[in-house]
Amino acid sequence: MDFSDIQKQAIAKWQDLLSSKTPVIYLGAATCGRAAGIEAVKEEIRKCTGRLDLEVNLVEVGCLGPCYLEPLIYIQKQGRPPICYRRITPEIVTDLIEDYLLKDNPRSDMALGTLGDDKIDGIPRCFDHPMLKPQTRLVLRNCGIIDPQEIDHYIARDGYLGIKKALDMTPGEVIDEIKTSGIRGRGGAGFPTWKKWEICHNVQSDDKYLICNADEGDPGAFMNRSLLEGDPHAMLEGLLIGAYAIGANHGYIYIRAEYPLAIERLMHAIDQMRLYNLLGDNILDSDFSFDVKIKQGAGAFVCGEETALIASIMGKRGMPRPRPPFPAISGVWGKPTIINNVETLGTLGTIIRQGGEWYAGYGSKSSRGTKTFSLVGKVKRTGLIEVPLGTTLREIIFDIGGGILGDREFKAVQTGGPSGGCIPADLATLPVDYESLMSAGSIMGSGGMIVMDEDTCVVDIASYFLSFTQAESCGKCSPCRIGTKVMLDILERIKSGQGEEEDLDRLSELAATIHNASLCGLGQTAPNPVLTTLRYFRDEYEAHIRDKSCPALVCKDLIKYIISEKCVGCGICKKKCPVGAITGKKKELHVIDQSLCVKCGTCYQVCPSKIGAVEKVTGFRETERTVTNAYH
Amino acid sequence: MQKIIEKIMRFHEEEKGSLIPILQAVQKECGYISEEAVNAIAKGIKMSEHEIYGVATFYAQFRFTKPGDHQIRVCVGTACHVRGGEQIMEMVEKTLNIKSGETTPDSIFSLESVACMGCCALAPVMVIDNKIYGNVASPAVDNILSHYRSPNVEE
Ligand SMILES: Cc1cc2nc3c(=O)[nH]c(=O)nc-3n(C[C@H](O)[C@H](O)[C@H](O)COP(=O)(O)O)c2cc1C
Repeated sequence: MDFSDIQKQAIAKWQDLLSSKTPVIYLGAATCGRAAGIEAVKEEIRKCTGRLDLEVNLVEVGCLGPCYLEPLIYIQKQGRPPICYRRITPEIVTDLIEDYLLKDNPRSDMALGTLGDDKIDGIPRCFDHPMLKPQTRLVLRNCGIIDPQEIDHYIARDGYLGIKKALDMTPGEVIDEIKTSGIRGRGGAGFPTWKKWEICHNVQSDDKYLICNADEGDPGAFMNRSLLEGDPHAMLEGLLIGAYAIGANHGYIYIRAEYPLAIERLMHAIDQMRLYNLLGDNILDSDFSFDVKIKQGAGAFVCGEETALIASIMGKRGMPRPRPPFPAISGVWGKPTIINNVETLGTLGTIIRQGGEWYAGYGSKSSRGTKTFSLVGKVKRTGLIEVPLGTTLREIIFDIGGGILGDREFKAVQTGGPSGGCIPADLATLPVDYESLMSAGSIMGSGGMIVMDEDTCVVDIASYFLSFTQAESCGKCSPCRIGTKVMLDILERIKSGQGEEEDLDRLSELAATIHNASLCGLGQTAPNPVLTTLRYFRDEYEAHIRDKSCPALVCKDLIKYIISEKCVGCGICKKKCPVGAITGKKKELHVIDQSLCVKCGTCYQVCPSKIGAVEKVTGFRETERTVTNAYH
Repeated sequence: MQKIIEKIMRFHEEEKGSLIPILQAVQKECGYISEEAVNAIAKGIKMSEHEIYGVATFYAQFRFTKPGDHQIRVCVGTACHVRGGEQIMEMVEKTLNIKSGETTPDSIFSLESVACMGCCALAPVMVIDNKIYGNVASPAVDNILSHYRSPNVEE
């Protein structure tokens, strides 16, 4: 079948769904939706439509982005755009279905918005929602909209037109187009994609490899997972375009085993590509042949590094090696190899289809285009977002993210994960682009953005990241293996109140050595979280060392829980305390035995918020806090 | 078990660099990588046992002791950390009286930490078998676990 026939058929199928006589219920069924309970909602929908004898068509889609509102479902009645409903539970879904499908009451009280241009009954457009409106969705354009298991949906929305167009160009022209777009690698380092490609393109070899890096090891990042779960073909189309440009005939997708749903979606998508002659020999009847295999990672962060990833694919311990030779010259099995991130690849189809110049119209001067971020931590609206590069941190955290949970004070934001840095609230007007983040001591990284409030201790965060890199260090080179351990020991000492004044200089000195002497990016960037927190929050380190206090009330050895006069003796905390440290008679003041207390915080959480008798205190600067946690 | 391993090896016969996929498949089928399994793989792909252990112990995914009936994984990723994931871990450890990486004496639960499940928006997160629990509060841990204690819970 010709591609234009495939396309016609795909469009017809997509239109049939959109204008379906039978109501359609779309379910946000990515990992985040599943964690929030969409499966139980689906089960309840089945039961209730069966009971009511209603015919409905259930379609699973990926993640639309506002993960904090999950589970999300959208209901589409003929002649109307789908209406998106938020925080749907099995208990309320029956009411919703009865009201909208039987009584034609669209329940604006549960609605988030309509997915289309029309409003219904005062329900606004979904994309006018404050979290979605400031976004520009180029990579995520299909996420949460199409069924990721239907290649036809992707094709109906201009999918695979990019590779079709690329095949009519020479590989050199494709590289030029990518150069015009200005896109830089989205996996961390921000290396211009076209440059890497050109090196590999110019090497002669019968076999070349293109690898999709879907290892997404940064703890706190899930952009790549969401794209693969919600729109796997976007990445796969990019893989074809890249392979064609560099002349690769083999591909690998290196994906972490912790992402079973993304793996399932990919396998399914690859099978569908074969049916349409989009993989294998003579793709779309051209001279270009390419095939791809999935390799599952086995839980090692360092395997995101290019040379370690290559070793892991070859069945070895995933340890980096010195470069040169660069993988573009000698990579998997000694063949020229290019590694690109999921998001980089996921953007390419759109770039080729719309043109490099069009893409370069988004973003800022040195950082073109858009970037996805996982916006998490102490922010009101958590989820997956996409914005033009150059958007400020303030716009992301406050306009899109809605500000800080419980209206606490915004303290800092970590970008770039364990390799990145902690940017303080004063720098909120910083534009998010490669250079600005670098100048602030952080990096763009893959797109994790973790927001911290006044209740987050930066010493704790720095030691958290360092304990991560220390544990993930492969052990090959001593600056990284030993240096991170020594730094971590010092941080733990500070956290426990045993720190010395000289420790801060020791940390800076070690950081410089580790940065300069480590073999790979893991070690070179490992000190960043410590360096940035030292740079922006030195007083907080000093409070731990001099006053033996943790101003954020986090470091366990420096805080204690006490019960104040407000206690009414309800006994809830006593009952819930896992170590039996709380005593007191009913209706009388309760007391925590500090020698037994393990500081788990259970009493603090269970004490009814209107009483608020349990308090956290630290050092000699006793700070009172209300009991209720901001996010409970 | 011998048969299962032979079958897995036949499946990966043609593949270059097949050791990791073989280990993954063995763990999936048998629950862990036993000494006998390593022995059988070594013979099958003509590699020394030392080399196999060298690779297997490098990766966090591989287990060398028999896991419990239900596997608990507590996420200690960054987003979970800032929202109290560590307290969840401690609570589970305390409730089951084991440490991360261990199995309860009655073989019902084994516990491990995981760097990130990618559900950061729902932090803190805990996974039991394949079920993901989001926004877990430490006082709720006991309740969640008790659901798996009764013998008739499948999954
Ligand atoms: C320790 C370490 C971990 C990394 N982890 C990832 C990762 O999980 N995903 C990713 O795409 N790149 C990761 N990278 C960056 C890759 O090595 C590489 O630069 C990137 O995949 C190239 O793709 P791009 O040019 O499209 O960004 C990591 C680098 C280091 C040093």
